[in-house]
Order: sequence, then structure tokens, then C-alpha cells
Amino acid sequence: MTTTIRLQREAFDVAAEVAALTRGRIDIGAVVTFTGVCRADENGEPIAALTLEHYPDMAEAEISRHVEEANARWALLGVTVVHRYGRIAPGEVIVLVVTASSHREAAFAAASFLMDYLKTRAPFWKQVEKASGKAWVDAKAADDSAAERWSAPPPNRNAAK
Amino acid sequence: MKVRYFAWVRERVGKAEEDIEIPAAIATVGELMTWLSRRGEEYAHAFENPKVIRAAIDKSHVRADASIEGASEIAFFPPMTGG
Repeated sequence: MTTTIRLQREAFDVAAEVAALTRGRIDIGAVVTFTGVCRADENGEPIAALTLEHYPDMAEAEISRHVEEANARWALLGVTVVHRYGRIAPGEVIVLVVTASSHREAAFAAASFLMDYLKTRAPFWKQVEKASGKAWVDAKAADDSAAERWSAPPPNRNAAK
Repeated sequence: MKVRYFAWVRERVGKAEEDIEIPAAIATVGELMTWLSRRGEEYAHAFENPKVIRAAIDKSHVRADASIEGASEIAFFPPMTGG
């Protein structure tokens, strides 16, 4: 499997990342991309920008561990994860997950799995700039439950009992 | 031992990292949080609700009952909000 994991301050080009992952490959039949984008509001309040703080070495290690786990669960041919840190304005990209496989099911499932884990396990923290000042974004219970659904054994393993 | 703080834990403690001599009697991450919270007002504020604070030893997530023996770096931070 081809793996690229990058943490960077700069914006990235989604099409260029997909092209880099698939260039020269004729075994890939499905590519799924997820792009997280900065909205201009947080809980209905307008924001000027968000700033992402991160724990550099751990973020890279933690993302690698989850990419390895995705690769063990699904037949993947390639994964790219790019996560930005620093100040990000509304409309700008924040995070990219690209998964490639022979067939779509593995690519869809792995992209969803990786995003759910990035939300709850990768050491990044968002702070938003509102008119009233800066505020740390609270973790959402919905993100925890989205990540927890992957803790249950996959249905095919249950069926094999 | 190197102790690192992130996001609002860092802001409340007032520093991003420090080297601390931790008494041998402190065995777990949870005990370390209690001990740190007694180092001063800023620590008491940072660790006032230890249940919400997450920890990592040598860049891996750990629970509050994890042993700190042999750790070279411990980090404390709020629940993560990346992605």
C-alpha cells in the first residue's frame, strides 16, 4: 500500500493529491476523497478564522497507527492523509483523506473510519476567533459515537462464529 | 520527566512544557494529575476537572490508571477536536 501522511501549515490541492496517489496505477478501481473545509460559523456564531494547535510527533504517529489499522481491515491500495495546523480562514481546506482500493466498498469504509478517528484521537485542537474573542471548540459527543461504531467487530466476523 | 500541555490546559498552566522531578510515590497518570493540581493556582485551574483531561505517554494515548514508570514524556490535553 502507498501511504502519504503530512502535517503542514500550507493549503493543499485536492486534485494534485489524488493524482499523486493514482499516477501510473492500473490496479486502483476506486478512489474516495474526504475534504474538511473551514466554515464561517461555529454553533451559529460567525467566526473570522480558526487556529489548529497540534502535538506534532504524536499526531503523525497516531495517524500512522490508524492508517495501519485501516489497511489491516480493508484491502487498500493507497492512503493519503494531509492535516493542516495554524490559522485557517473560512473556505480554506483543513484536512484531506484519500483512500484507494480495487472496489468502492473498502475505499468508502476506510475513508469514513479514518475521519472518525482523526476527529477523536488525533491530537489537534481547534480554536475559533469570534467577535467576543477566542474560544476553544468543545469536543462533540456525536464524534465520539461515530468513532465507537468501529470498535464493534465487523459483521462478517460475527457471521463466521 | 518532560511534561507537555496543549490547548486550554497549556493556557491555564501558563507554559507549553517543563521538566519536573516527580516523587517516586506517584505511580499513575491520575495520581500525577492530582499531584500537579497542588503545585499552584494555575495547575489547580488546569486540572480542576481531571475526568475531561486526556493524557499521552511517549506519544501514545493512555488512561488515567496507566503507570508512568519508565515514561520520558507525558502530555496532558483536552478532548481532541481535529479533522
